[in-house]
Amino acid sequence: MSCNCGGNNCDKNSRRDFLLTSLLATAALAGCSDKKNPFTPEGEVIPSGEKVKLLSVDGEIIEMDKAFLKPVPDLPQLSNSEERKGIAGKKFVMVIDLARCKNLGKCREACNHAHQVHPGQNWIKVLGMEDSDHTAPYWQPTTCMHCDEPPCVKVCPVDATFKRQDGIVLIDSDRCIGCRFCMAACPYSTRVFNWEEPILIKEVADDQEVVGHHYSCETSTPQKKGTVGKCDFCPDMARKGELPHCVSACPNGVFFFGDMNEDSVTNGAETFQFSQLIKDKAGYRLMEDLGTKPRVYYLPPVNRSFPYESGLENEKQEDKKAN
Amino acid sequence: MENIAALSNEQITRDLLPQKFGRRGMIWTGSLIVLCLVGAYAYYRQLKYGLVVTNMRDYVSWGIYISNFVFFVAISLVGSLITAIFRLANVKWATPLTRIAEIIAVSAIVFASLIIIVDMGRPERFMNLFIHGRIQSPIMWDVIVIGTYFFISCLLLYFPLLPDLKILISVKEKTGKALNKLYRFQGSFWKGTKAQFRISDKAINILCIIIIPVAFCIHTVTSWLFATTYRPGWDSTNFGAYFISGAFLVGAGGVVVAMYVFRKAYHLDKYITPKHFEKMGRIVVLLALLYLYFNINEYLVPAFKMKKPEEAHLAQLFTGEYALLFWFAIMIGMIIPIIMLVFTKGRRPLPVFIAGVMVVIGAWFKRYLIVTPTLLHPFLPMQNVPESYHHYFPSWEEWAIAIGSLSGALLIITLFARIYPIIPIHETITEQHEEVEKK
Repeated sequence: MSCNCGGNNCDKNSRRDFLLTSLLATAALAGCSDKKNPFTPEGEVIPSGEKVKLLSVDGEIIEMDKAFLKPVPDLPQLSNSEERKGIAGKKFVMVIDLARCKNLGKCREACNHAHQVHPGQNWIKVLGMEDSDHTAPYWQPTTCMHCDEPPCVKVCPVDATFKRQDGIVLIDSDRCIGCRFCMAACPYSTRVFNWEEPILIKEVADDQEVVGHHYSCETSTPQKKGTVGKCDFCPDMARKGELPHCVSACPNGVFFFGDMNEDSVTNGAETFQFSQLIKDKAGYRLMEDLGTKPRVYYLPPVNRSFPYESGLENEKQEDKKAN
Repeated sequence: MENIAALSNEQITRDLLPQKFGRRGMIWTGSLIVLCLVGAYAYYRQLKYGLVVTNMRDYVSWGIYISNFVFFVAISLVGSLITAIFRLANVKWATPLTRIAEIIAVSAIVFASLIIIVDMGRPERFMNLFIHGRIQSPIMWDVIVIGTYFFISCLLLYFPLLPDLKILISVKEKTGKALNKLYRFQGSFWKGTKAQFRISDKAINILCIIIIPVAFCIHTVTSWLFATTYRPGWDSTNFGAYFISGAFLVGAGGVVVAMYVFRKAYHLDKYITPKHFEKMGRIVVLLALLYLYFNINEYLVPAFKMKKPEEAHLAQLFTGEYALLFWFAIMIGMIIPIIMLVFTKGRRPLPVFIAGVMVVIGAWFKRYLIVTPTLLHPFLPMQNVPESYHHYFPSWEEWAIAIGSLSGALLIITLFARIYPIIPIHETITEQHEEVEKK
């Protein structure tokens, strides 16, 4: 499909984003019935004479006047079954470089903000780790591992938590019965529970982009009382061709996100070949012996950007906040 | 039952008919109802504000609701032991105890189901289990086997009751109009013909055979809710057998306690005799030894290796925060009852009753120790959470609901004994006749 429109949208977004968006838009068009034809203008429209080429429902290239097009404010809403299937052709993966983390907690902040996480709880935890008495301590940001053999999914009695074809493990808060078996089953203690009616802190409540939309498994918001929540790899961002909130929030570029099928991961500033990065830096996964096959890889804390101690002040603040 | 050989049928019937509550009965029943209402109020608060009224948090995400659930499932197993296993093994002396065991089983399984709903964050979505149920989840296995066990137990309570209902209907003037209506509704079709007895006996036999595997399933599956996870303290292949042996022990303890109370309250000295206590004492001591054996397996083997994740957990139980409770549960749940009951003198009614009480209390705390301390030892350190997430002690709402559910189970048993003969009249008479004929 060629890009003849020359509108503002094209300038802002990269070519790849546009392709993804237009593909989805086409898919959405294909699903439309006659009643809601997006080509039918709502009011009087004066043809501008400028033509645009489009792909019709039957797969033919058609041409129509630009004036009849109306901008779509956002991606079309996905059905629950679509959200449960995931994005075709993708295998999302995350790499966390422990050598770069100084426990700033920006990832946690951005994540909590975007997902309306209950005050006090965190989907991302930055753990101060020390494996044994004489080994070096390090900061370990811990997200959901999005395991390929997810113990949580195995035990869920109602298919409220599920594994998608793109590798993401999600929760459907409209279906969750709140039995918390998944929380007991997860060896990474990644899951949190909405023990009470979700509270929005002021900054979140003021953010129009975060609040005010209907529930979706992909945004995991709004949070629902009596259901389980956890890191969701931000599939809504992936659909828009953007990075998860933690990745873009981290000033040190700790988090890399990408697609295993493309074999590339990026933190926004740098892009690596995933397989090469894991090979060069001896990447590993947590609790390999349990056989859960996580989709989150860690790069060991060698040649660090910051000493461990520099993160301790942030730790204190966090503790103060927590108490 | 030598001492009832001299009694006439009328005498037996008169002795065993359900009796009106006395003053003490009224106080007992009233207190149970009050405790249930307090529990119901606590649950109302939980529905209103969410599970935040409990002290469960993200790490200890299962608390006394779940340990109470395990306790109920455990104690309900006794129905299959006394009724089914003894019947199939032709143990005649246990006949007066069958109905006690079976009503304990039914009331416990009812409250096991209720307490698991109480534990749910979204109880109104209970039907999702049937609409979206997935068979690979051990919770679904539990739903299936507990449902099955409940129905079989109800039938095992009902079928042997039929001949007694006939007797109850015949003594209308003693039981009152309202109850008579109930008896007629439940059992007026029972004429006591030979054909009916044949069908009933056959049905009871079939039920006795199928209830045994189902009983093993309910508690094995309940143990798997824990054993199918990776957590230290739960990740054990010993868990099924460990739970089953503990369940038979607490069930037998429960029956002993109930025997003693009914004997005193309803003056059943002629029917529940010291001989019954002596035999049940033997059974309790055997089961306690068996449970002790599985406990040693469960704790000694990991303690010998002291793998890192297990270490913190075991240290907390043996010498740490939970040490007092742990050794208390081991001592009064197993060791002291064993010491008491191995001696002939310890198997008289009162000591057996005391041992039974200890077994039941020890078992309740044992379940708590199985569920909670494990959750305080996750693989990754507990950080980035509020201080309250590091500990667990049940809130008053949790206590109120747990105590309310225990009271509710006792209330069902109490009301059942008020309405129906707690010792089977018909079977007692039949066996008395057999005894007389033998002589």
